Amino acid sequence: MTYDAHFRVWRGDTDAGDLQDYIVEVNDGEVVLDVIHRLQATQTPDLAVRWNCKAGKCGSCSAEINGRPRLLCMTRMNNFGADETVTVTPMRAFPVVRDLVTDVSFNYTKAQQIPAFAPPVGVAPGDYRMAQVDVERSQEFRKCIECFLCQDTCHVVRDHEENKQAFAGPRFLMRISELDMHPLDSRDRKLEAQDRHGLGYCNITKCCTEVCPEGIHITDNALIPLKERVADRKYDPLVWLGSKIFRRGSSTGGARTPGA
Amino acid sequence: MTDLERHDYDVVIIGAGGSGLRAAIEAREQGRRTAIICKSLFGKAHTVMAEGGAAAAMGNANPRDSWQVHFRDTMRGGKFMNNPRMAELHAKEAPDRIWELETYGALFDRTPEGKISQRNFGGHEYPRLAHVGDRTGLELIRTMQQKIVSLQQDDFAATGDYEDNLKVFSECTVTELLKDSSGRIAGVFAYWRETGRFLVFCAPAVVLATGGIGKSFKVTTNSWEYTGDGHALALRAGSTLINMEFVQFHPTGMVWPPSVKGILVTESVRGDGGVLRNDTGSRFMFDYVPDVFRKQYAETEEEADGWYDDPDSNRRPPELLPRDEVARAINSEIKAGHGTEHGGVFLDIATRRSPEFIHKRLPSMYHQFKELADVDITKESMEIGPTCHYVMGGVEVDPDTAAAANVPGLFAAGEVSGGMHGSNRLGGNSLSDLLVFGRRAGSGAAQYLARIGTDRPAVSEDDVTAARNRAVAPFGREGGDNPYSLHQELQQSMNDLVGLIRTAPEMREALSRLQLLKDRAATLTVEGHQQFNPGWHLALDLRNMLLVSECVARAALERQESRGGHTRDDYPTMSAEWRQVNLVCSIAPAGDGIELAHQPLPKMADDLIRLFDRGELSKYLTPAEMAALPVGVQD
Repeated sequence: MTYDAHFRVWRGDTDAGDLQDYIVEVNDGEVVLDVIHRLQATQTPDLAVRWNCKAGKCGSCSAEINGRPRLLCMTRMNNFGADETVTVTPMRAFPVVRDLVTDVSFNYTKAQQIPAFAPPVGVAPGDYRMAQVDVERSQEFRKCIECFLCQDTCHVVRDHEENKQAFAGPRFLMRISELDMHPLDSRDRKLEAQDRHGLGYCNITKCCTEVCPEGIHITDNALIPLKERVADRKYDPLVWLGSKIFRRGSSTGGARTPGA
Repeated sequence: MTDLERHDYDVVIIGAGGSGLRAAIEAREQGRRTAIICKSLFGKAHTVMAEGGAAAAMGNANPRDSWQVHFRDTMRGGKFMNNPRMAELHAKEAPDRIWELETYGALFDRTPEGKISQRNFGGHEYPRLAHVGDRTGLELIRTMQQKIVSLQQDDFAATGDYEDNLKVFSECTVTELLKDSSGRIAGVFAYWRETGRFLVFCAPAVVLATGGIGKSFKVTTNSWEYTGDGHALALRAGSTLINMEFVQFHPTGMVWPPSVKGILVTESVRGDGGVLRNDTGSRFMFDYVPDVFRKQYAETEEEADGWYDDPDSNRRPPELLPRDEVARAINSEIKAGHGTEHGGVFLDIATRRSPEFIHKRLPSMYHQFKELADVDITKESMEIGPTCHYVMGGVEVDPDTAAAANVPGLFAAGEVSGGMHGSNRLGGNSLSDLLVFGRRAGSGAAQYLARIGTDRPAVSEDDVTAARNRAVAPFGREGGDNPYSLHQELQQSMNDLVGLIRTAPEMREALSRLQLLKDRAATLTVEGHQQFNPGWHLALDLRNMLLVSECVARAALERQESRGGHTRDDYPTMSAEWRQVNLVCSIAPAGDGIELAHQPLPKMADDLIRLFDRGELSKYLTPAEMAALPVGVQD
């Protein structure tokens, strides 16, 4: 089936921009990215859009379709009626570069601030032994394709630019959780998750989980367990008393952030 | 030029896929200031698309495995056209490279003893592929991306600057390699995709890690980045390409709906029990086992099915033949009228494995078919057909240092390099290739810097001006073609005329069409301005695609035999004489055309040739070569 669809696409740059209307052909089985590409090839050769694999594996073509954060390559046109207007806008939580392309450097800055995997001392390469059941917990989070839709949708930064400094966002709090659950990671990450990366800002509304194209249970499997372990460490009276007496956890000290 | 950003580095790496990142880690760990330049965002490179796994003879699943067995499988897969030294280094070093990834934080699937699990794949005698479900490439990229961040954190601790010694320039495209007056690499010329501003990197060593050329074909597993940039940069800088006629068509790409045609369906589906059937339901692969592989593959369904649980007393299912064999078989079935409604054949795992097994082992395949084709692979067969996947050919390199031919300071690793995989790459050998030769290229570059010491090359300002003028040229023109339509014509021509099955008249036709496209490309017109303008980016990429496509077509027309990723309808058999010949492409001294030369294939060392018996060697070697075999080759 072929029909002409009504698309509204945000065009503009850092200075200004608005939604523009296009009538464009749609064929059987196509996804929104196919239609955007047809626009490029036939009507708007300079329409800026990021994409790579077109198979939901690289996480490049993130945008908002009818207001919902989605991958353009994994959104099939048969989600919409033939008479329905399809509105495509750039991710709202990040500054626009041009058209559908946003400046996602916030995410790379946050990635640099999460301490890397700390290999176990005295275990030679080739001698790592881990049970499948133990690696599976972190493996779920390593399915992440870094599309940053969870970062885009999270209200902590979506509506509060000022929180970006203190809050790593669901993707990178999940990264901390992933390392914390890594069977051989040798660093204690609980206090820094709360004190340096803003875990406390998350009030588990699960918006991140809802938009994840990989279906990762970000809130239930990564963020809530991490919160529980932080609570065990920070608020257990016996651990608190011990930390006062033995000064443990001092390697991850630092100023407490608001909301923590 | 005032609007020009300038940077000084020791090593510039072009490409942030597996080989580029591994090269960067090595160069940085050897104390060299390193820049990584990539066309996409950091972490999006094509390596994320690799699904099945990384081949390494760790022997975790079968203790009989060893580097010698892996070497043998690789040579067989490549039909003995491989550079034997590269295949040797690869087989020997792959296990260490995989284990190293665990120290960076990688989490592979495990065996019951807690070691890295290994899975079966086409052409590999034992289960050999380290894997993470069917998203192994993503794990490799993410692991090395995070290792790079970890090195940056070390620098931050030491200097207060994350990017002091290792910096990623993402969404940045290199258009030219720059050389000094003596012909050594002096740097690269590039532009920011976002702003269109130009950059010059001064650097004595450049590593090409740009991947493949698949975007010149219409039906392909490759992403837009695969425009043969490194191949073309090397050629224009005076280096050479080998084996360009060998292009791998993966047997299993999606065929329906049209918008996803070509997207990869991992070989793991077959490794984990999936079988191919035609429209009558017949497992046709039993009819397509070639003589050279007859001894190693099952002849009945019963024996083939027994192999999954008891590989010691059963032979392998023919669905796990090397990719070139399977792709040709599928093509023959379709041509004979036994294809499916949408012009493919069936790949069936639903009747062979439980839904739980499929969800666990093939989660992305389940997701991909469900989301893109409305097919539940736990209940229905997939429709699949051949798709352009990988180019075996590439930059001619020194096996040990990855140094490119003829150009001091230039290195190449991964898909952009040639020789390692011969005429056909085995599945799983790509990810391990990236690691082994990525590291060697980083190390080769570091050693080169040590050799030249303070005698560093200088960039010529005239070359910079020329590069800049060439890049902006499409804006100054009017009335020429639109780059998108030219690209579509190129893809259609390569697909139809230089695809899986080739004939001389078709390739001549391709070459004349390529010439016409080249002429039209010279007058391409681009609308808009330089800021994030995909039309302009494509116009610049087209120059590379056209050059590389010409290499493929020229070499394919020249090689009068069928071998691996090169099948001639007019020369359907393998020729022992042609096995001795590497076809070498270079830029003709007169200008932009391609020159083709014959060069002897490097000889296999005696200890390597003794890994095969005479019976097998006689299928590949000439009588003269057989007579000259070293002592100690078994009968």
